[in-house]
Parts: sequence; C-alpha cells; structure tokens
Amino acid sequence: MTIKVFVPQDSSAISVGADQVAAKIRAKLQTINGIELIRNGSRGLFWLEPMVEVETAEGRVAYGPVTASDVDSLLEQGLLDGAQTHTLSLGLTEEIEFLKKQQRLTFKRAGIIDPTNLDDYKAHGGYKGLERAITMSAQECVDEVKASGLRGRGGAAFPTGIKWQTVLDTPGEKKYIVCNADEGDSGTYADRLQMEADPFGLIEGMTIAAIAVGADKGYIYLREEYPHAHQRLNEAIEKAFDANLLGDDVLGSGHNFDLEVRLGAKSYICGEETALLESLEGKRGEVRAKPPLPAIEGLFGKPTVVNNVLSLSTISIIFEQGAEAYASFGMGRSLGTMPFQLAGNLKRCGLVELAFGVTLNQLLNDFGGGSASDKPLRAVQCGGPLGTYLPESQWDIEMDYEALAGISGVLGHGGVVAFDTTVDMSEQARFSMEFCAEESCGKCTPCRIGATRGVETIDKVRANTDREANLILLTSLCNTMESGSLCAMGGMTPYPVKSALEHFNEDFFLPTVEETSTAEGSLPTAEGSQTIEISIDSIKKAGTSS
Amino acid sequence: MIANTKQQAVLLAIDENKHLEGALLPILHRIQHDLGHIPSEHVIDIAEALNLSRAEVHGVITFYHSFKTEPRGKHVIEVCRAESCQAKGGRAIEAAVKAKLEIDFDQTTDDGEITLEPVYCLGNCACSPAVKIDSQLYGRVTEESVSDLIDSLKAEQH
Ligand SMILES: Cc1cc2nc3c(=O)[nH]c(=O)nc-3n(C[C@H](O)[C@H](O)[C@H](O)COP(=O)(O)O)c2cc1C
Ligand code: SF4
Ligand code: FES
Repeated sequence: MTIKVFVPQDSSAISVGADQVAAKIRAKLQTINGIELIRNGSRGLFWLEPMVEVETAEGRVAYGPVTASDVDSLLEQGLLDGAQTHTLSLGLTEEIEFLKKQQRLTFKRAGIIDPTNLDDYKAHGGYKGLERAITMSAQECVDEVKASGLRGRGGAAFPTGIKWQTVLDTPGEKKYIVCNADEGDSGTYADRLQMEADPFGLIEGMTIAAIAVGADKGYIYLREEYPHAHQRLNEAIEKAFDANLLGDDVLGSGHNFDLEVRLGAKSYICGEETALLESLEGKRGEVRAKPPLPAIEGLFGKPTVVNNVLSLSTISIIFEQGAEAYASFGMGRSLGTMPFQLAGNLKRCGLVELAFGVTLNQLLNDFGGGSASDKPLRAVQCGGPLGTYLPESQWDIEMDYEALAGISGVLGHGGVVAFDTTVDMSEQARFSMEFCAEESCGKCTPCRIGATRGVETIDKVRANTDREANLILLTSLCNTMESGSLCAMGGMTPYPVKSALEHFNEDFFLPTVEETSTAEGSLPTAEGSQTIEISIDSIKKAGTSS
Repeated sequence: MIANTKQQAVLLAIDENKHLEGALLPILHRIQHDLGHIPSEHVIDIAEALNLSRAEVHGVITFYHSFKTEPRGKHVIEVCRAESCQAKGGRAIEAAVKAKLEIDFDQTTDDGEITLEPVYCLGNCACSPAVKIDSQLYGRVTEESVSDLIDSLKAEQH
C-alpha cells in the first residue's frame, strides 16, 4: 500500500518554508518505494505551518510547524508510520482542538484533497451539486439559493438568491458570471486559501450560477498578488474543460459555460463590484453610480452576477447538501457558516469556519489563544480596513451581520485583526485615512480630498498643533466623508477613525512635555465636538489650494 | 516568436491579446511582465490597436499601481504596510528596510539593483509580518531575517 505524505502548497505555508520541507522529504524518499508526496492546500491552521501530514489507518496525523532541518529527525522517529513521539507531533489532524471545534462546510475539502485532482474532488462530494442543478429549472436553482439564506460573503452581505433572481428576470442574449477574487481587505485570506486548496469548488459554483441565470461566460477577477491561486485555478479550469465540466454542452445539459481568469493590477477599489467591472472592461477602476445595478447592466452593459469567491464556493455545497441543511446553521438573518480569519497579534492565527453567532471573545481566546506577545490585547479591527476598532468591552459581541451593525461594527469578509497594548490608535486612524487617500478612485471630492485632509489633520493632532480645533475638524471631516461619498471606500473610512476616537480617545491626547504637569480631565472629547459643520465646498477649496 | 526589442515585445503582447474582451489590462500585464514597465513611446501602438486615444491608455496605466512608466530595479522588495502586519511589528520592518537600503518607498537603490515598494496586504496575514521579494513571499519575518534576505540579493550580484 502507498503511504501518502502531505506538505501544503499554500502561499502562506510556502512563505514559511513549505517548499524546502517538501524538497527535503522528496530527496529523502527517493530511495523508498510506495510513498507518495502530495502538495495539498492548507487546513488553515497557519501557526502550525508548514504542517506535514501522513495518512495512517486511524486517519491523518500531523506534525508542525516543520522546518527542513526537522525532516531527518522526523523520519528517524517514524514519520512514515505516523509515530507520535517527536516534539512536533500533533496527533490526529481532525482531533486538533482548533479544527475539531469548527463547522466546516465551504472549507470542507480545504487541505484534505489534492487541489487540482478532479477524482479527489469528486470523491469528496465534488460536482454532485452541478449534477443536481442540471436536473432543475432555472427558477428552481434560484429558489434553492434563496432558501439557503446565503448572503454575499464579500462584505456587503446582500442576499445572493435575490441578486440571481434579478439577473434571471432580466432578458438578455448575453449574461455574465463574475467572481470577485480581488480580496483586498487586510486581515483576510479565506478567498486565497479556498482557491489554492479547492479551486474546483469555485468553478463548480460558478457553473451552477451560469445555469441558474442563463449565462454562458464567466470571469474570475483575481488580484495580482495571488500568483499561486492563479496557477491552481488555470490548472483546474483546463481539467474541467477536458472533462466537459466547462465549455459547450456542460455534462450534456445543453448549457455552455466558458470560464477565464483575469488579473487585477493592484488597486483596492477594484474590489468594489462596479469598479471591478470597469477594470474587466479594460478601463480605469472608477466606481459607477448605481442604479443601474450590475445585475441589470453589468459587464459590457449586460446582466451580470458579481459574487465573492466564498459565496460561489458555498453554492457548490448548498447544491450538494441541500438548502435546508445549509440554513440549519446560523442565527436570525445570518444563516449558514462564516469563515472567520484570525490575524494580527494572536497565538493561533488561522481560518475558523463556524455558524454565525460565535462571540468575538471565543474567536480571540478559545481559537486564537489570546495575545501572541507578552502584552495583553487592546483593540480588534473586524471587517477589513474599513471596519471599526472594537475595545475589550465589546468583545462579547455575537458575530453576525446585524449584531455587529448594531454597534457600528462591520463583519465584512470576516477578517479579525488583533492588536496588543503597544498599538497607538491615533497612528491607526491616520493609516485608515492614508489608505483611503492612496486607494480612492478619485471620483468624489469627500473621499479624494477628504482623506488627504484627514491625514494632515490627524498629523496636527498628533503633533499637538491646535489640537482641539483639529479634533473638531477631524470629526466633521468624517461626517462629510460618510454622507457625501459615492461608495463605501469614502463612506466607511471614517468607521475605523471614529471608533479610534470614541473608544481609544486617550491616544489622541498623548501629553507633551509641557502638558505632563497640567491637570487631566479638562481636555475636550471627540463626542462633544460635532457642532462645527464643514461643507463639501470648503474641503474642495482646501484641496485645490494645496 | 521571441521579442528582441521593446517594439517587438509590445507588438507581441498586442497580438496575443487584442482579440479578448477588455483586452487592455491583459496587454499591459504582458508588457509589464516582459519589459518591467510600459514604455511611454509605445503607448501609441496600444492605443491604435484598440481604437483608443493615447490619453485613455495613459489614464489606465497611471490608475493601477502595478503598471510602471519607468523601469524598476533588478529586484523588487514589497513590504506589507497593512493592519495585520502592523499588529506584528510591520512598521519596524518597514523602517529597517528603508534604513538598510537607504531609500524610501517607490525608490530604487543608486546601483539600480533594488526597488522598494509598499503593498497593502499579501493575503499572508496569518503569518504576519510579510514581505515579498521578486516572486517569493516570506512570512513571520524579523528585521534580521529581512536584512539577511537583502544581503543574499546583494551577494548574488557579485
Ligand atoms: C471599497 C470596496 C472594496 C471591496 N472589495 C471587495 C473584495 O475585495 N472582494 C469582494 O468579494 N467584495 C469586495 N467588495 C464588495 C463588492 O462591491 C460586492 O459587494 C461583492 O463583490 C458582491 O459579492 P457577494 O454578494 O458575493 O459578497 C468591496 C466593496 C467596496 C466598497
Ligand atoms: S468614495 Fe472614493 S472610492 Fe468611492 S467612488 Fe468616491 S472617490 Fe471613488
Ligand atoms: S496585512 Fe500584511 S499580509 Fe495581510
């Protein structure tokens, strides 16, 4: 019998030495027959990467984090038999607490299968969903998505079934399925992990979408920063064409579906769906005014489904297991599971897929293991660079769309970035503005000019130049950006800034040398200073004068 | 066909991609990949092939961070400036790299060897802080490990 050894080919695993580990193992095993080295995706237990697994009669056992220099001793101590005496032994993979406590649906194959091996994919439930979809009518397919309760996992959480219904109902010879694989949010990596570990899952989901709405062409708009995902997707697409799972008359269904990957070019705003469509058309990634919705006038003016990688990958699971099974997870209007991504200063960073409703505290402590440094955690940013910073008093929040919105928080694409007490929240607020200034598409003034003014204003606050007046100005600037921006880039950049001001006010009042002796408490707070209105015009003037 | 001149590389990129829907980005990616930048004297060729104005093509080139109008160094170091990396000491890495190379972001060392660029998330946030050197991604880096990586780039050239 062949012994299977697994070493992930995931980008993150490679970034910490997985290729060297694989090369060393391969060299060592050349002389032994009956051993197969498989480059799987990651299970998402990143603090253990590179995590090597070996198949045994009891199941797969794991070792990690492994470096190339550990390979000799691992082999000597019986790696190939799954022996568990080595200090890097982790026991049965499925029994690792971090993984065992999860509810993996979208990521059920991640790290388990050989990513571009179609037989392996099928052996794990792959293409059962598509086989079912081709026996259903278009409307039945859309109804299935509606019944699942799936909401877009890209950030805006719009009900996927309703979006598909609009595209189905819009007449058109040509319709498109576009996968948003731009994954620009810092602190998130689930799309990447999924595309690298289970590319057929996405391809199958897009094919089901095409059948449901009557589209015959699909694009995956992939960020250029993900070359491994690019390679994996292209390989899988080629195999799917060869197996008649893409192309003309897919599985004899009468439906044609052609699929292609297109690369982004380092622009955060191109993750916004209308900017993405402009970019796919070969233009500057400037946000379009809505309406018209992309579902009605999307790519090249045609009805277009734009969905995130995780939304589309989840479609395969919903069609395989049934809408009801999927909707039995979650709470309230947030049904199913959410892949949370733990990042920043946590002991155990990785992917946690769970039903909605887990608390942030559970994610940070039970899964994340708390602070990775010797300092306690202080601030957590949820939902990417446009998400609010949450102080400890809010960490008991249940992670669902509505609950977070209730505290002006953002769930977004599921990123959770933890900071310890060394963080300077005025510096973080400055960065939010700087990022917006850097990545704004430039279409509207409050965002384009406001963000630059925001950086300057925070700089003055930090330098204690006219601090009180500048704090007042900053708050008004935030309000102007929130109310006067065309899209969430300008509209939500104030979220992290305002949350820093509200919950970490002290960081904007670092005492200067002269001040250390004066009494505290007389300083103004941000809340008390919202009275001065700054019009868009005055920002515009300020902008053009510089 | 092998491109011997800039002109040939540009024409090849146009030829291979102009039949695509939304062909401009694929063309620019190909030229950027082959030549390391988009030579301004050839913008006209791209514009003519796609029935666009020169200003339109220029507008697209300048919109995206990936497309460069000037050649970069032989090696490119990208340091992640985004939040997860910040939380793990990314700012110190950034400062150390700048100090070591004696350049700021978007600059190239005097010998034309190394260009330094900021990047906003490499999707390696579970192994922050992260940097990328040419096509290789590195995670859990320290000031020392990045310094060593730079030294090995420098050693390569001798
Ligand atoms: C500034 C900005 C950036 C965005 N970036 C992304 C992104 O990188 N990936 C993504 O899937 N959605 C992103 N979105 C959300 C998309 O506009 C859109 O809602 C999403 O692609 C729809 O797919 P879904 O319904 O499956 O989530 C972004 C939105 C904004 C305003
Ligand atoms: S808010 Fe900013 S990014 Fe969005 S459309 Fe306006 S300028 Fe563009
Ligand atoms: S924030 Fe640096 S890799 Fe994501």
